Amino acid sequence: MTEQTVHDVQPAVVKPVGGAVPRRRAWLAGLVGPLALLGESWMAAAGAALVAFWVLVALLAPVLAPYPPTQQLGAMINAPPLTPVPEGTAIMEFTDQGVQRTPVEGMYLLGGDAIGRDVLSRLIYGARSVLIYAPLATAFAYAIGILMGLVAGYRRGWIDDVLSRISDLILAFPVLVLYVVIITVMDRSALNIVLAVTFASAPGIMRIVRGLVLDLRNRDYVAAAQTRGESAWYIMFVEILPNARGPLIVDACLRLGYTTITIGVLGFLGLGLPPPDPNWGNMIAENRGAALTSPHSTLFPCIAISSLVLGLNMLADGLREISLKD
Amino acid sequence: MVIFLLKRFGFMLLTMFAVSVILFLVLEINVDTLASRVLGQFTTEEQRRLWLEEHGYLRPIWVRYGEWIGDMLRGDFGWSTRFNEPVAEILWPRLVNTAILGVCVFAVMVPLSLVSGILAGMREGSATDRSITFVSVLTTSVPEFASAVLLSSVFVFALGWLPGTSGMTDGWDWRQMVLPVMVLTLYGFGYVARMMRASMAEVMQSPYIRTAVLKGLPYRRVILRHALRNALIAPFTVIILQINWLLSGVIVVEFFFSYKGYGALLLEASLNTDIDVIQACALIAVVVAVGTQTLADIGYTYLNPRIRFT
Repeated sequence: MTEQTVHDVQPAVVKPVGGAVPRRRAWLAGLVGPLALLGESWMAAAGAALVAFWVLVALLAPVLAPYPPTQQLGAMINAPPLTPVPEGTAIMEFTDQGVQRTPVEGMYLLGGDAIGRDVLSRLIYGARSVLIYAPLATAFAYAIGILMGLVAGYRRGWIDDVLSRISDLILAFPVLVLYVVIITVMDRSALNIVLAVTFASAPGIMRIVRGLVLDLRNRDYVAAAQTRGESAWYIMFVEILPNARGPLIVDACLRLGYTTITIGVLGFLGLGLPPPDPNWGNMIAENRGAALTSPHSTLFPCIAISSLVLGLNMLADGLREISLKD
Repeated sequence: MVIFLLKRFGFMLLTMFAVSVILFLVLEINVDTLASRVLGQFTTEEQRRLWLEEHGYLRPIWVRYGEWIGDMLRGDFGWSTRFNEPVAEILWPRLVNTAILGVCVFAVMVPLSLVSGILAGMREGSATDRSITFVSVLTTSVPEFASAVLLSSVFVFALGWLPGTSGMTDGWDWRQMVLPVMVLTLYGFGYVARMMRASMAEVMQSPYIRTAVLKGLPYRRVILRHALRNALIAPFTVIILQINWLLSGVIVVEFFFSYKGYGALLLEASLNTDIDVIQACALIAVVVAVGTQTLADIGYTYLNPRIRFT
């Protein structure tokens, strides 16, 4: 039985990267390595392409979006895709100099939503809110989860027991029930969603990190650092953490996908980011009433969120496959 | 074995107790926000104070917790401000509806995902394996609300085969169950299938399977008699823990199809700050979650002799 099959036993855990890499080369490898790796698995490459597509869309939103995402045109309510804006349509603005008339032209490529906003523009700007809050929430959860996991795994003893018990308690709870309770106690705002996601996912991250640390803490380079008299924090963050990065990157991709779904679900349930900012989950909730007659305004956000999550999951799956290969 | 069971049950009760304390603290420690949430923002300080006093919220928190948990254990879940009824009257029928939905989902999802997991894991890297893996990644990537929208636009709007809501307003109708079951099955299928695949692939590499193949047993027999017995142990735990996941899943699906179940009730209570209902629902979630975990542990230990005797 080779080492590889041992790791196949737990599909969620990938082999930790062994041995310390000199720091400068590690930086370079950190940049070039992942891109080269993508060539080894079509799953990872396709996933990375999908994610990159949405990141680009989010970055270039002001350039790509043909209309402001909250601009409403009465004539375009529930308009089907490829409807041109009727001639002579204009936005009236009341200023000190009197009424200002800005003509609007062009076409709603993906149609209009229930109150006459351009679905395409909202979709494009919606990518922004997803790609800001999902990574932010995941990063927050990771910061806390990693800290808890490192301390629990490296220090062991009572602190490990306490942290593990607490995370067992939180993990015992169905996630969405937990979110609903948390959001009931707090208000619906971006910050509270980030906090809720952190609270619910940090324990899971802690478990993974702790498992990896338990494996890595007995390595020779850790013993060497201990002999050198390095502090515990130095060993945890400089010696152990970088060598646990492989499995953590895979897990981060998966978790980013879950968080994207979570933010979408909360938006859909009316517990997410407050309107009118475009958000894929909110868009589906807002247009459900019109789904009978004009399904496009709910269909496109569904496709958008699914493709982003699919990209992240494929990336994670491909990376896991690659790391199992060598 | 008896000592092990007692230990597990003791730990289960302890966990339930701890989570119920946390839950109670989270929802009720700050009585001022509680009052303004229940009564609305535009109430005076005086009104809130009177309400708090009337409902006994100004007593020490441990007294309130003791009273609350005592009531809960006796089946008195409090009064719903939203429905103006005792919570127990609403909650039990809702739970029964969700249980029916859950049983239907499991009846479809478990055989489907186990069979595809076995097929994929039997020959790692084959075309069947690759396509099943891809399908399971794809289905877990589509959030439930998205697959609900997609499926209803196909089966309700385009084809007109199925009803779009599952409110059961004119009595029980099985056709209204199809879409909710489909959505939940799609979302849960991938995870179980992949666990089954991983477990099957691992067993297929073990020496005893190679021995069985080499001594000339028919392939069917190797799979059905030798491989499956061991390969099914790990997914068993996963399947039991899916009950826990289902409690999350039903919130979205029941809301979407307006099915009158536990999830829709919890969401409605949350949107209307119906504290007693939220507490009762959350407590049910705790009992189910911790209960299924214990069940999974015990089952795993029972099925796997290697753990039982260490």
